[in-house]
Amino acid sequence: MFRNVAELVELAESKNMLISEIMIQQEVSVKGRSREAIIEQMSHNLEVMEKAVERGINEEVKSHSGLTGGDAVLLQKYIKSGKSLAGDLLMDAVSKAVATNEVNAAMGTICATPTAGSAGVVPGTLFALKNKLNPTREQMVRYLFTSGAFGFVVANNASISGAAGGCQAEVGSATGMAAAAIVELAGGTPSQSAEAMAIALKNMLGLVCDPVAGLVEVPCVKRNAMGAANAIVAADMALAGVTSRIPCDEVIDAMYKIGQSMPTALKETALGGLAATPTGRELEAKIFGVSLDEEK
Amino acid sequence: MKYKSVFDIIGPVMIGPSSSHTAGAARIGRIARSLFGREPKKAVITFYGSFAKTYKGHGTDVAIVGGILDFDTSDERIIKALEFAKNDGIVISIKEDEALTDHPNTARIHLSDEKGEMELVGISIGGGKVEIVELNGYKLRLTGVNPALLVVHQDTFGVIASVTNALTKHEVNIGYMEVYRQDKGKEALMIIEVDQNLSEKIVQEVSKLEHVIKVIEIHD
Repeated sequence: MFRNVAELVELAESKNMLISEIMIQQEVSVKGRSREAIIEQMSHNLEVMEKAVERGINEEVKSHSGLTGGDAVLLQKYIKSGKSLAGDLLMDAVSKAVATNEVNAAMGTICATPTAGSAGVVPGTLFALKNKLNPTREQMVRYLFTSGAFGFVVANNASISGAAGGCQAEVGSATGMAAAAIVELAGGTPSQSAEAMAIALKNMLGLVCDPVAGLVEVPCVKRNAMGAANAIVAADMALAGVTSRIPCDEVIDAMYKIGQSMPTALKETALGGLAATPTGRELEAKIFGVSLDEEK
Repeated sequence: MKYKSVFDIIGPVMIGPSSSHTAGAARIGRIARSLFGREPKKAVITFYGSFAKTYKGHGTDVAIVGGILDFDTSDERIIKALEFAKNDGIVISIKEDEALTDHPNTARIHLSDEKGEMELVGISIGGGKVEIVELNGYKLRLTGVNPALLVVHQDTFGVIASVTNALTKHEVNIGYMEVYRQDKGKEALMIIEVDQNLSEKIVQEVSKLEHVIKVIEIHD
């Protein structure tokens, strides 16, 4: 079993295998299930992600609270207008990440990746790249295993929970996972995947979890958008040969320590950050009839 | 290593919006249903901490009732769980409690019908993973991830050996085991996590062993 990114890369390189293959084989050995059953379950997860993206970019889903919904549709229209400054691929990833999280906020069906609040980044990037790289279905499933391999390391050495480590642990983890998977899908090496993960995660460090009214909508939906953009840029940098001066495992360790030293008010408690702004409090009072802060 | 499977990271497939507040809640409800062994007539659900503060916005109440109805985290019927419960004639009451708990996402579920009652406390620890920390007054640790056998028994010598011997005979591997007792010589509880779902035959065999009072099986 690999315990960190260095071991994961070493395993892949010494066996001349893709990162996704290392993850598949580990799952077979740890869970004692057949390779077919594991691939089948991941294919199902991929289908769920695809449906959520399709729904989000075509329907104006609205959340129960009314805080989010409809932005993915707006972004798709904007891309079609041809006026996008950042470029179609990047904005497509952004809109598809938003789509997934809007569906999530509206109590739709999604696949937690690694959590529900951060479920947009990995599918958002994947379905945007689909048009550019024309991957096979198998390669798309592999994208999820590669993401999973890097997420596995973060979950076991730092955290994938906003309540434990701030938003860096959720959207941050998802961003690093996606960056590493993009590299593999684009034909990069395992060590380039690790560089992309390091570069992406470094740029999410310190990100606080400050959900308005305690709901995973504001700022979470738009943070998924930024995570998707960040992941693509980090992957491009790694593919260009740029390396991270701080090795990936040390970045993950830094993330863990930052999470530990972050005050409770900034870890999914709705007591600080955007949740504690005048507008945040106003929205909270509107949704719940009373501010959580006043109640205390 | 806290996480062992890639599907802890890419998954679960679930109804949004929160893996802790929705999927985790549904899983706690479903474990309660599984331990109760049948659909209850009455369910009293008490929320603590973050669950108490945000359950309305996250649909935590709806999700937990969905779990009690035996719906999976991805079952779309979860959204209308309160209606399904009403149609089945289940009386649901939701309470909020200010009491401080060890974990911010804590729920207490009391299920009952004319045949009996059961109470458990579950916590949602992130990414949809949950633990049961109390069952009918026993403090315990049960993740619900692996199949498990819960054996209520008389606290006396030889019972643990006879139960594990029965599992050995059927080539069942024990992954994790703990024994809880409230008082020496009184009623005790064994929690045995195993590698595969157990057949009815094995469960029957264990429940017939001397000093064994009750056996509950949890499928994964």
